[in-house]
Amino acid sequence: MKALANSFRELLRYPTAVAGLAIIGVLLLISVYALVTIPYSEAVRLWRGGEEVWYQNPQYAAPAWLNFFSRKKQPVSFVVGTADGSMAKTVTPGKQDTAKIEMSYSFDYQADGFPQEMILYFTSKYDSKLPFVSITWTTPDGREIPITNMGIEHKTTYRFSQDEKLQKKLKTDDVIQTLFADPKSNPPIPLKGTYQLKITGVTFEQGSDIDAQFVLHGTLFGLAGTDKYRRDLTLPLLYGTPIALMFGLLAALGTAVLTMIIAALGVWYDGWLDELIQRVTEINLVLPFLAILIMVGTFYSRSIWVILGVTILLSIFGAQIKTYRAVFLQSRESTYIEAAKAYGASNSRIIFSYLIPRMIPLLIPQLVTTVPAYVFLEASLAVLGLGDPVLPTWGKVIDDAFADGALYKGLYYWVLEPAVLLMLTGLGFALLGFALDRILNPKLRGM
Amino acid sequence: MAFEADVAVTVETGDRRNETLLAIENLRVWFELRRWGFGRAGYVRAVDNVSFVVHYGEAIAVVGESGCGKSSLMKTLLGLYRPTEGRITFEDKDLSQLGADGMRWYHSQVGYVQQDPFGALAPFMTVERILEEPMIIGKVNDKEERLRRIRKVMEEVKMTPVEDFLGKFPHMLSGGQQQRVVIARAMIMEPRFLVADEPVSMLDASVRVEILKLLRGLQDKHHLSVIYITHDLSTVSYFSERIFVMYAGQIIEKARVERLLNNPLHPYTLALLNGTSVPDAKNAETFKEVPPGEPPSLVKPPTGCRFHPRCPKRIDGLCDVKEPPEFEPEPGHQVLCWLYQ
Amino acid sequence: MAGEKLLQVRDLVLHFAVTNGVVQAVDGVDFELNFNRAVVVLGESGCGKTSLAKAMLRLLPRNVSKHSGHVYLEGTDVMLLSDEEFRQNVRWVAMSLVPQAAMNALNPVIRVGEQVAEPAMVHLNLNKNEALSLAVKMFQHVGVPQDFLERYPFELSGGMRQRVAIAMSLVTSPSLIILDEPTSALDVLTQANIFNVLKRLKKELGVSFILITHDIATSSELADEVAVMYAGQIVETADAHDFFSAPLHPYSQKLMASVPRLRETKELEFIVGQPPSLINPPTGCRFKDRCSSRFEKCEHEPPIIEREGRKVKCWLYS
Repeated sequence: MKALANSFRELLRYPTAVAGLAIIGVLLLISVYALVTIPYSEAVRLWRGGEEVWYQNPQYAAPAWLNFFSRKKQPVSFVVGTADGSMAKTVTPGKQDTAKIEMSYSFDYQADGFPQEMILYFTSKYDSKLPFVSITWTTPDGREIPITNMGIEHKTTYRFSQDEKLQKKLKTDDVIQTLFADPKSNPPIPLKGTYQLKITGVTFEQGSDIDAQFVLHGTLFGLAGTDKYRRDLTLPLLYGTPIALMFGLLAALGTAVLTMIIAALGVWYDGWLDELIQRVTEINLVLPFLAILIMVGTFYSRSIWVILGVTILLSIFGAQIKTYRAVFLQSRESTYIEAAKAYGASNSRIIFSYLIPRMIPLLIPQLVTTVPAYVFLEASLAVLGLGDPVLPTWGKVIDDAFADGALYKGLYYWVLEPAVLLMLTGLGFALLGFALDRILNPKLRGM
Repeated sequence: MAFEADVAVTVETGDRRNETLLAIENLRVWFELRRWGFGRAGYVRAVDNVSFVVHYGEAIAVVGESGCGKSSLMKTLLGLYRPTEGRITFEDKDLSQLGADGMRWYHSQVGYVQQDPFGALAPFMTVERILEEPMIIGKVNDKEERLRRIRKVMEEVKMTPVEDFLGKFPHMLSGGQQQRVVIARAMIMEPRFLVADEPVSMLDASVRVEILKLLRGLQDKHHLSVIYITHDLSTVSYFSERIFVMYAGQIIEKARVERLLNNPLHPYTLALLNGTSVPDAKNAETFKEVPPGEPPSLVKPPTGCRFHPRCPKRIDGLCDVKEPPEFEPEPGHQVLCWLYQ
Repeated sequence: MAGEKLLQVRDLVLHFAVTNGVVQAVDGVDFELNFNRAVVVLGESGCGKTSLAKAMLRLLPRNVSKHSGHVYLEGTDVMLLSDEEFRQNVRWVAMSLVPQAAMNALNPVIRVGEQVAEPAMVHLNLNKNEALSLAVKMFQHVGVPQDFLERYPFELSGGMRQRVAIAMSLVTSPSLIILDEPTSALDVLTQANIFNVLKRLKKELGVSFILITHDIATSSELADEVAVMYAGQIVETADAHDFFSAPLHPYSQKLMASVPRLRETKELEFIVGQPPSLINPPTGCRFKDRCSSRFEKCEHEPPIIEREGRKVKCWLYS
């Protein structure tokens, strides 16, 4: 135990190791947070969910924090509703079971661009007589624009941009633009100031009620933006972290341990076993790794566990075996191994208690530096369309982005966000791995 | 096989100084040279027809240069190599007849002290663990008993206070301390005899004497037989009773140490003695006489006496044709040389 | 110039920095050597003797922290030369080295003849053929048959390889050769052969040697003078006859008493304890913790005292 503590302290002397550990620490925290706040089944449900889950989000919106970096502010999306009190609502009962319901929302609009869309989601309670609403829009410069009057069924959705009557009334194709534009501007720029949406509703029965939800789709949304299906990208980015780490660590660990054991067995028992292992390895090295994975993914199953299993299987008989074998061959001739034979140690004891522990300090840096390779592998498979179909992973995000022509459309955030995370993971493990190598491999110590 | 009081042992082995502990008869250890694919390239005749006995409590030095086969002989005695021919009898048991259990017992009866003290200790094990290993393998299952033995043996090799050392790793110890641990490990199963392969050649001059004295002390106390392999003749008179000289896989001379030093019979032995230096300033003024050439290959040794190509006293027609049998010109002093026909 | 000494070393210092501090490997070393003489630097591991060779030949490690002093080679202080001048005019030209385990330091993929020829090509500006014929002469001096020129190191035995290493150090006809543990891994007869070679070279070519070793018995085969090194300092220098019969410094005495001799059986002595660490050498006499003749004055570093042509660094002789 003390030896471990000493090594750890030694590790902290290398700035690269500290940086690597910091990055990995952050990734681990994100993973823990993701797993704790969003249980697995929930994550899958959200990811596969469609309109009903994500309806509130704009499509193709970039992250909200982009406004920090540009002088031209883009409009950020928001959602307010009477149900949670973010939109004001007053109910005034009238005569004969009627009631007047006034709902309004004022907001300050400072963006330099126009929103994508505005939507009103109405829910109402009634038996036979539909409630009725009248919607008015007030601009900062005092213009009151009547929007529409309509009856509200149990669930009614009103999209401002799709109202043809409104288009005709305002004499425009782009309703949203007209509602927000400074009338004096040409080309149109938004008028900044306080806007007010007023909804005056009437109900005709006792117990009848109207609730409204007002959604403004800006061009920016949230921490990570949205994709084609309006899914908040923070979900796959967050949840993809533990998946990536798990895949990388398990693959690296599984491969390293099994490779080491097989190399040790081959070296110790020598003869035909060693020859067999060597030939299998050589054949395996010639086989195209990625192509086989693609075949498995296409013809058999794309489940992440199957891909993990096949990856490990193909990697065990890889170039690593040759390296370990070389070190084991050297160790086998050690004097202390000879001493162990002289006091009667059995073969299995020598392999597991003498050869393999000798190897572990050499194994650890190798292990750490191969983790990113496996993380990238999983992402590559996803980009090729072979990712796990249900899990939200980084690779899947890139896959969706490419499928939808994100770069062509200028939606750089969609590709950059998962790419940056992948690179960070690689960087973190690489930094840590190289520092570990310098500590544990004494020949490099002088550098 | 727990030992009770040392007293009983003393009485037992003290009386047995003339009894044979280990008998080697016509031992040959040949290694096959592998050839790529098929066919044999010959044999390395590392040990070629060696016979001797070791008595209880006796120390024998086996002296020879590198390539003479002494390492192979030693490893065969340790049970690491199987003899190609010949018989090894230990306490009246023929080693080739012992099964796996029997060999485990034999391994516990022989202690091995190696040349490189650092290499002989597993670098990732503490001293305590290193000392426990032979006991675990030898089925000493009681942890208390193991600790007791560790403590006892550490005190014997004078590594006290014991607790200070048990938790240390080999690289934290000095060369002398490492070698003490190696000796302790060799002693921990209370063996009958020790095989020491150049036990001090990798230690400093001032530490060597300490370790050799320690070995001698242990040998006296426990009536151990010791086979002490070395190429440094100057130490043999301090630490052994008999000496065997090996050359090209054969033991060419066997004698008590005083007899050999005062009356070396084989020309090779004489050359070895002349080649050994004593600290004397006059050495710088004279050249040493060294037999020309080098020790022969063990694959194709010379015909007849193996030393004949380099021997100044060679008898042509005899030494290069027939292998000399063992002669005994004086009691207890055997030699493989035609000069003593 | 008659009377001029070949080598005078004054106050040579070599310190280098490690993670735990500064290793004072060579801490103010003085000694002298005449032409065609051999001095043996005796010491155990950790006394700094290999660093002494490196300090003299300026083969410095990357973490050197101090390298100072004077090394007068045939009257010229070579410590004052620049690195390039040193490389061209001194190293391997006036002074060469047979390093520890030299036989393992031969390049395994180059034939031994070429390896011996290489210093001649670099330092003497000979072309390949001239250098190879010079190599042949060297092989004769060290007693390696000429047909070995074409062989690779792995085809030679340990003794032969060591002779090749000596030939390599000899090819530029230096006046001084430093040998660091030349025979420590070799057998008795091979060792005797090598020393015969060295003796012959000294006699026939007039080379001087500095022999660095811990093996007291074999050192007497070559030594005209002896210098004993302990904890980075020279504690005694004497003529070989005087030293081997009656060493003065308590450490030298204990060392001599620990050497096993072939036909004697008097009790051998060993020195308790260990040499001090070179990182924080103790104040005062560095041997005081292990010396049986220690007294109060030993708390202060003893001066070098001359007595009958010998030098001892010990208060007992003041």
